[in-house]
Amino acid sequence: MSAVAADAPARTARRPRLPSTLLGGGAILLASVVVAFFPGLFAPYDPNAFDYGAILQAPSWAHPFGTDNFGRDVLSRVIHAYTVDMQIAIFATIGPFVFGSFVGALVGYSGGIVESLFGRVVDAVITFPFLVLVIAIVSVLGPGLGNMYIAVGVVGWVFYARLVAAEVKVQRRLDYADAARAMGYRHTRIVFRHLLPNSITSAIVYWMTDMALAILLGSSLGYLGLGAQPPAAEWGVLIADGKNFMTTAWWITVFPGVAIVVTGLGFSLLGDGLAEILRTKR
Amino acid sequence: MSGQGGGMGLKVRGLTATFDTPRGVARAVEGVDLDIAPGEVVGLVGESGSGKSVTLRSILRLVREPGRVTGSVEWNGRDLMAMGARELRRVRGAEIAMIFQEPMTALNPVLPVGLQIEENLRAHTGMAAAARRARALELMDVVGIPAAARRLEEYPHQFSGGMRQRVMIAIALASSPKLLLADEPTTALDVTIQDQILKLILDLRDRFGMSVLFVTHDLGVVAATCDRMAVMYAGRIVETGTVPAVFAGPHHPYTRGLLGSVPRAGSERSMLLSIDGTPPSLTAIPPGCAFNPRCTFATDACRAELPALEAFAPGRKVACFHHARVAAMSEAA
Repeated sequence: MSAVAADAPARTARRPRLPSTLLGGGAILLASVVVAFFPGLFAPYDPNAFDYGAILQAPSWAHPFGTDNFGRDVLSRVIHAYTVDMQIAIFATIGPFVFGSFVGALVGYSGGIVESLFGRVVDAVITFPFLVLVIAIVSVLGPGLGNMYIAVGVVGWVFYARLVAAEVKVQRRLDYADAARAMGYRHTRIVFRHLLPNSITSAIVYWMTDMALAILLGSSLGYLGLGAQPPAAEWGVLIADGKNFMTTAWWITVFPGVAIVVTGLGFSLLGDGLAEILRTKR
Repeated sequence: MSGQGGGMGLKVRGLTATFDTPRGVARAVEGVDLDIAPGEVVGLVGESGSGKSVTLRSILRLVREPGRVTGSVEWNGRDLMAMGARELRRVRGAEIAMIFQEPMTALNPVLPVGLQIEENLRAHTGMAAAARRARALELMDVVGIPAAARRLEEYPHQFSGGMRQRVMIAIALASSPKLLLADEPTTALDVTIQDQILKLILDLRDRFGMSVLFVTHDLGVVAATCDRMAVMYAGRIVETGTVPAVFAGPHHPYTRGLLGSVPRAGSERSMLLSIDGTPPSLTAIPPGCAFNPRCTFATDACRAELPALEAFAPGRKVACFHHARVAAMSEAA
């Protein structure tokens, strides 16, 4: 067997070039994750240490991103915020991704009444502005990250379910799905083993975008005081802290903003890159 | 030939499949009777849209909404149409297996082929993982896929069309079915590959005593592989008989047209026959005999009344008022 494998052309060794979007996005996110896990290695100061001798200082060699109104180092706060915001990106989206895909696969496969009912649920959720709905839920549950995850999850799964359901509906009419039925496989096996893996691509790509959106949402809620609570370093909270000094100390708000943009860009690029390789793989 | 062995084999009676469409009810299959004895190879022949594939899918109850199927399909004495979902699952794939026309789309693109073969074994046998692996390897050898051990790990897109059809056959054979339903299994393949696949199926029939129902529009395939044949037109069977008998003396004008439209080597050169017109839309099948608008033998009786499929000789049936005239013409030619 090994002789045969050795003689055969290097079928698996041939590796297509990865798209640059994937590499770029991957690099940004890898760096972000490393920073999120070990913020202490990168931050020059304690993010919560007040220094009344250095209040509202402009960017300098000592404080590359300047200091805020309590003399806290903005660079250190932005770095420590990675830990919180990367958590938001993952925890606010993984539940909706898994649950939504599961429900979507079942809905798309059953069709009929189940699908009609699901359609009404989607309509109900979509007619509400997402942010308003999440804010409403968080206000009821109370502020904080845990409740924010719940609020986003309650609404967010619908979008994944809709994507997967539409794709499963297409896939279940294809020959291989009929072949699986002709072989006498169980419905659960056909749905989760055969149809779902062929239908999940668009949901995965959306998931990447959704992580970027989750960071924005987390920052928005943080800014409004409904997400992460001060003095915790979180980009939205940092921007909110700096809003009164916008005209005199722009650096307090701009640098967390840049961090949001760069991380969001990383997720978007990764999503595009994944979409590219997942599509050409067929 | 047919109906031997007291309820063994497949016995289809009055199989009818209709589809509700915006333009009315399409009658894709209408009152089809079909018998397949153990070890027998039967060909179901007709033009595209004559209802061959729907017949095949109806037998295994694979027709989806808005399609409706009635009639009875008896398999070894049990009625598949009346069976519960659980029992039907145990017949599908284990006793009756099916292979599809398009090897490019009938395999799951994201699963390695070895897994897809083992999946059948997992569903229908109590084999342990190691035994399933060994059986999958053996099946790859049986269907003639070289370097089987390595190729089990590969995905369908790494296989050629002919090799994919072999994989399909390996999956279908995994649980040693007693009947193989083959929906134009060679249509999408090169002629040389076609021949290999047909030989493979016949060889497997001999080795495992399997019956085969071949759906095809290729008369060459029927001549080379089948014991008996049934000709379909507009959802009905219009003529049946053993392959040599039908080829030698077609009794239905449509069969005569089909056979006459294929050039035959070794015979004197003559004009190829063609059948004028097109098959009727399934939502507007003409009254009387569905073939009458295209038939040179048609009379008022054909336009008024539907001829029944009746036996005129042992093992031969035809649905035509003028079959004696048709047969006489064929002999004269």
